[in-house]
Amino acid sequence: MSEVLRVQGLRVAFDHPLGLVQAVDDVSFSLQANERLGLAGESGSGKSTMALAILRMIKPPGRIQGGQVYLDGVELSALDEEGIRALRLAGIALVPQGSMNSLNPVMRIRAQIADALADHGVTPSRSDLDDRIAELLRTVGLRPEVANLYPHELSGGMKQRACIAIAICLRPKVIIADEPTSALDVVVQRQVMETLARVQRVLGCAIILVGHDMGLMAQFVDRLGVMYAGRLVEVAPIGEIITRARHPYTQALISSLPSLDVRGTMQGIPGLAPLLRDLPAGCAFHPRCGRAEDRCRAEKPAVRDFGPGQQAACHFA
Amino acid sequence: MQGFVRYLRRNTSLVVGSALLLFLLLFVVIGHFIVDVEDARALSVRPLQPPSWRYPFGTDRQGRDLLAVMVAGTPLTLRIGFIAGILGVAIGTVLAFVAAYYRGWADTIIRGIADIGLTVPGLLVLIIIAVSIRGGLTVNQMAIVVASLAWLNPTRTIRAQVLSLRERGYVEIARMSGMSGPAIIFFELMPNLLPYLAATLVNAISSAILASIGLEVLGLGPIDAPTLGMTLYWVNFNAAMINGWWWWWTAPTVIILIVFLGLFFVTVGLDEIANPRLRKSA
Amino acid sequence: MRLIDITKRCGVFVVIIWLAASLNFFLPKLSGQDPVRSKLLQQAALGGYVQSGIDDMVKVYEARFGLDRPLWQQYFSYIGDVVQLDFNYSIANYPRKVSDMIAEAVPWTVALLGMTTLLSFVIGTVLGALLAWPRAPRWMAWLMPPLWALHAIPFFLLGLILMYVFAFQVPWLPIFGGYSMGATPAMTLGFVADVARHAVLPALSIILVATGGWALGMRGMMVTTMGEDYVTFAESKGLSSFTIFSRYCLRNAILPQITAFALALGQILSGAVLVEVIFGYPGIGTLLFQAIRENDHFLIQGVVFTVIVALGLATLILDLVYPLLDPRISYQRT
Repeated sequence: MSEVLRVQGLRVAFDHPLGLVQAVDDVSFSLQANERLGLAGESGSGKSTMALAILRMIKPPGRIQGGQVYLDGVELSALDEEGIRALRLAGIALVPQGSMNSLNPVMRIRAQIADALADHGVTPSRSDLDDRIAELLRTVGLRPEVANLYPHELSGGMKQRACIAIAICLRPKVIIADEPTSALDVVVQRQVMETLARVQRVLGCAIILVGHDMGLMAQFVDRLGVMYAGRLVEVAPIGEIITRARHPYTQALISSLPSLDVRGTMQGIPGLAPLLRDLPAGCAFHPRCGRAEDRCRAEKPAVRDFGPGQQAACHFA
Repeated sequence: MQGFVRYLRRNTSLVVGSALLLFLLLFVVIGHFIVDVEDARALSVRPLQPPSWRYPFGTDRQGRDLLAVMVAGTPLTLRIGFIAGILGVAIGTVLAFVAAYYRGWADTIIRGIADIGLTVPGLLVLIIIAVSIRGGLTVNQMAIVVASLAWLNPTRTIRAQVLSLRERGYVEIARMSGMSGPAIIFFELMPNLLPYLAATLVNAISSAILASIGLEVLGLGPIDAPTLGMTLYWVNFNAAMINGWWWWWTAPTVIILIVFLGLFFVTVGLDEIANPRLRKSA
Repeated sequence: MRLIDITKRCGVFVVIIWLAASLNFFLPKLSGQDPVRSKLLQQAALGGYVQSGIDDMVKVYEARFGLDRPLWQQYFSYIGDVVQLDFNYSIANYPRKVSDMIAEAVPWTVALLGMTTLLSFVIGTVLGALLAWPRAPRWMAWLMPPLWALHAIPFFLLGLILMYVFAFQVPWLPIFGGYSMGATPAMTLGFVADVARHAVLPALSIILVATGGWALGMRGMMVTTMGEDYVTFAESKGLSSFTIFSRYCLRNAILPQITAFALALGQILSGAVLVEVIFGYPGIGTLLFQAIRENDHFLIQGVVFTVIVALGLATLILDLVYPLLDPRISYQRT
């Protein structure tokens, strides 16, 4: 397997009147070709911010403080504004949150695909363009006539498929799907995930799936990363994580999953996710951790490797 | 108190606006001590004197001391604005609450009238009203005339605001816990609307003053009262600009500028309080 | 917008016209006296001094609107006249018809107002959009305070100041009127240039103030729009910043501006009336001013009614065109 994307020591902070907020804190991971990586965590854990940071789309008051992102060995932070722009969509594409509002309400779907192609220097003839758009829409399971509709004429699932069609129009190497099924109902969620899976097979690209639905992750991804308070606290193949999670937070997440074959009470995680601008000292998870000791309250655990593509940040791992 | 000062430092619009209005207030109060307000009547002093130590703002063609006119007239103009603005917002608030809270046909009618009324040029309707009233208007009548249209805009904007508040969770909870409609309006909605109402009020006062000055410049104001607008009417009537009597129009122009700038910046400041979302951008 | 909505919207237009006409008819009655009648009688009493025909006019008026006839009959004959844009004769300039006088003044106002409104809307909207755009040049931030301050000033007050500076102190531009005394109105280049020179100051006093309002409104809408999900997604598509600016941000932020445009027309017109008065510009505003001075009720009613109808028509057209800009409100097949 070859590595397509590599994130190293990525740090993002937001200026806040009450001080600096560390939204993404020293995150490193790598992504193999054809791999499906999940990034899970509670809201506010920094997972969506990281998705934007990879595309270098953090806006003030936020800023990228440091770290490198390599796509096929090319360092993105070294690129100029025009270089990173050309790389968006063509190299790394984003499938936005399914919040119903990601498509421009005053443009037809067709125009929203065509402008993406045009701004990347792809200007086919009118009939070629029509063919290409029809092909894209078919790939995501939409009828070609959808091209002539406006977003408000589409259902939630159709909109999200249209977004996927846009995301794959330049055959990117990596797709970052940022909670692509939030705000969709369960049946539609499933269809959208199937569409994503099919698209990935057709294109042969890698996918980063950002979300908080552990059940969905378990079904879809090859490897799972868990974020807590801006840090990537554990990464491991999905099978490993479900059976032998190393970090207590991951373990808590797994045991909060409802299971069909094991009857019993569902377990939640005690306490609330911490405020990023007011993190506890030491390991940020210690106030909610059953195994916390003095060391956890004082010393921030380092990220340690446990074999290829596996890491965890816990003193007990 | 310290927090208040710190807040004011961020909300510069409010500070600038209040300072301008405060300056005007001081001008009027101090003015009453140093000048005889009776000199604001015609034929009180020598006509057409340029500014001098005796008449700092000069005198007009009919023999008014312009400083006295400004000292006497500024409160009159503001009075028209305040009466009309307060009436307008009061009526508008009641109508807006009735419309937005009870919806149904009441809403349809109130919104319909406000929407139609707003597309009609207000000044022209006021002209028709003013010319229909026989004999010259007094300052108070003038305020009532202006108020007759001053409720349209408040009704529209407050209604929209109440509608959005109505959907919030706490109103829902109050309703489910059996609170009566008026009680919800008074205890749950009002407190949240206050800063917004204040901004709407200042805005309404400003529009009312503008409308009253407009009527006055057209010659439909209180002929005997030395309001700012009437002074401009006489300026125009006597072609003071072409005749080179620059001081005649300078004084009312500067004061009207201060009035409008002051009210505008106060509105912007209040808007910021009512709408903290704007803070990041402003 | 479906056919029924269009019908409804046209119905609103008819209601506006009907209300305006009724207002014209009933308001003078409310005061107990009939100002038109007394003015006419007064004018007739002056007899031969004014115009002999005014006696006939009194007779006609008495016959149609005299107190001996029931109110509803008076009302219907009034509405009937108004619908045909017949506003009777001018009392102060007797043999002249009100409609003729209005027809003479309308082109001046339409030209002045049309040009200034369009220019200020376009300039203000583009300026406002740029003011909100993070990549706009830095110096643009300095435009904000003057825009704000100008926006708060009434048109005619700025007109006074401009007049003093550019027509009186530095006599670059004419101080008064729509064209030079003695110039014969004709479609010659010289006359057009003369008219243009006379229009500069009145136009400027409207444009400078109105531009600020549009700019501030647009800036606010742009800030809101730039926070929308579709702008984030557009950026992730690697679109050029010009595409994002024009087709994603500006295109959406301009929609509420156009809605606001319909509401602002009335205010702009009210302000423009005073500008015309100050500059003695030969449009509707000055005509109205003269009518008020001469207590010419028919002329006042005619002008007010014409303006309300014209503005009603303008907002009607705007409302009917709007769905072409916003596909969410589209003419559907039903």
